[in-house]
Amino acid sequence: MKSKKAWLAQDYSKKTADLPERSYPFRTLSDIEAEPLYTGEDLADFDEANQLAYPGEYPFTRGVQTSMYRGKLWTMRQFAGFGSAEQTNERFKKLLEAGQHGLSTAFDLPTLMGYDSDHPFSQGEVGKCGVAVSSLADMELLFESINPEDVTTSMTINSPANAIWAMYLAMAENKGADLRKVGGTIQNDILKEFIAQKEYIFPPAPSVKLVIDTFEWGPRYVPKWNFISVSGYHIREAGSTAVQELAFTLADGIHYVQKALERGLDIDEFAPRISFFFNVHNDFFEEIAKFRAARRIWAKQMREVFGAKDPKSWMLRTHAQTAGVSLTAQQPLVNIARVAIQALAGVLGGTNSLHTDSYDEALALPTEEAAKIALRTQQVIAFETGVCNTIDPLAGSYYLETLTSEMERQCLAYFERIDALGGVEKAIDAGFFAHEIGDASYQQQREIDSKERIIVGVNEFVDDSPETPILLVDKEVERLQHERLARVRRERDPNAVAQALEALRKAAINDQNTMPAFLAAAHAYCTLGEQMDVLREVYGVYEEPILI
Amino acid sequence: MAERKIRVLIAKPGLDGHDRGAKVIARALRDAGMEVIYTGLRQTSEMIINAAIQEDVDAVGLSILSGAHMHYFGEVIEGLKARNAADILVFGGGIVPDQDLAKLKELGVSAVFTPGTSTQEVVEFLRNAVTERWAEQV
Repeated sequence: MKSKKAWLAQDYSKKTADLPERSYPFRTLSDIEAEPLYTGEDLADFDEANQLAYPGEYPFTRGVQTSMYRGKLWTMRQFAGFGSAEQTNERFKKLLEAGQHGLSTAFDLPTLMGYDSDHPFSQGEVGKCGVAVSSLADMELLFESINPEDVTTSMTINSPANAIWAMYLAMAENKGADLRKVGGTIQNDILKEFIAQKEYIFPPAPSVKLVIDTFEWGPRYVPKWNFISVSGYHIREAGSTAVQELAFTLADGIHYVQKALERGLDIDEFAPRISFFFNVHNDFFEEIAKFRAARRIWAKQMREVFGAKDPKSWMLRTHAQTAGVSLTAQQPLVNIARVAIQALAGVLGGTNSLHTDSYDEALALPTEEAAKIALRTQQVIAFETGVCNTIDPLAGSYYLETLTSEMERQCLAYFERIDALGGVEKAIDAGFFAHEIGDASYQQQREIDSKERIIVGVNEFVDDSPETPILLVDKEVERLQHERLARVRRERDPNAVAQALEALRKAAINDQNTMPAFLAAAHAYCTLGEQMDVLREVYGVYEEPILI
Repeated sequence: MAERKIRVLIAKPGLDGHDRGAKVIARALRDAGMEVIYTGLRQTSEMIINAAIQEDVDAVGLSILSGAHMHYFGEVIEGLKARNAADILVFGGGIVPDQDLAKLKELGVSAVFTPGTSTQEVVEFLRNAVTERWAEQV
């Protein structure tokens, strides 16, 4: 058999001389060149034992569980939240009835930014892009007739994560649940807020301190809870490439590990409950390779760099969500196809949990119908396509393994650049991530504007699509939320509130773990805004440098 | 005489931190030869109105993805009128449902660009709309 080089030089060149290649960017979305063909020669140095191994074995390239989807499917976890706690509670129950496995909560912007619904900054935003939770009273309504021991709940909350988690746990305790049996996830990844999503309140150092409080407290009191979901999703949505998403996310994870070790925590006590969250975008093979590379890099870092002993500490368990930013407002039904293909990449990448976007999300929050189709898409992949029959079915693919190794190499090169800047917090200060992501997103937009990259229905194959019905959030929500908050303030014990807030202030000032104080504050019906105001006074607030 | 440059303020009102669109548009307008001022995140309507007047801009672009567009466009347009600065063109972009587009037009918003808009479209719109205003003012 002739060599690949000979085939390219002779056969392929001859063919393309007669029939030239199409004008198309034959490279991944991360600008990794794709060769016309991959063969066994590309894997000449491939070390199957060290780079691949078996599923459930270090370095987990093939997945973290031994039997993967033959044993247990990924968790189908659809993100939901809008309007009032009552409305979201209703949507939750419908999703559970439709066969969803776990809940995932979207909060509105005031909640994400640590403001009560009746704060002046909250005007016009209450309940708009998620549910408003200002106190334990809202949390109780949100999970009305849902048993926290039966259902795992994920909460997308970052800067105020400690307080919101404490409200959830207080709700569970009030229902008589044993916290040792309560499972779920808080996103609680503040570094990616500074890098991409920008929902920060306090400066980086005290923000990271609050995160590490959960690393210390969580495993001891709520051992089934993932107290962090280190997230690349938002980095990608902000415009990064897949390689940047991979590198910046893992660098964030490593930074938290370093900070936890500095506090004197035992790596094998906290590392098994670190979870991750990645985007699944359009570039099919690059996305699959990203998940596989992520597991391999994390395992190597945890075992070889940090010396973790427990295999659970080496495992990168991850949630995935299809790329919201890839959805188009034009011909929105076409998004169903995009989501299906992205979801398939997530599954072939071995994700442990998945959210599929609804086709109408470039227009508004999803309608019930659109949310159901999104869940059904996962069910089609799981039950009709046969892709779950065998574990990591694409392993050994000349192209996929080459791409996986190339992404690993480029990721490690980013680690070196971040280290050279003095680590993640310093790199944030230096505007490194903002520049990297800004350049990448601008380049992508220019490629779309110039039609070098085709987006179906947007810059090619354009037609007028009929109007899509969308979900509108009731304006009443803001008023009802104000009333409920007023009632909470009136009916609670003011002395208990004052004491709880004072305890929180002391914990923050004396650099103690804040979680016990947050839990007491939740039980006393302190509002989210009151708790965050205490910390705003102690820690100060962060403003980012303005960069274009 | 040197050609008069279009001055644009790109603003992020409210609590929403999704600044990808704002930054891409700011860069594209700058590359098209306009003078661009970006407010950064978490601006109140009052801050945006003040910046627009102080910077003597021809146009203000609001980027809103949180669903609070009716609220902020309304406040900024009313505020500019109240300060005798209604000649400043207000446009915007973000996740805005069709049925709100007409309402925003009624409020006096010159154009709203939803996902999928090319940056050239925004550049051309601003060139035309601002030049028209200049002609009216002469």
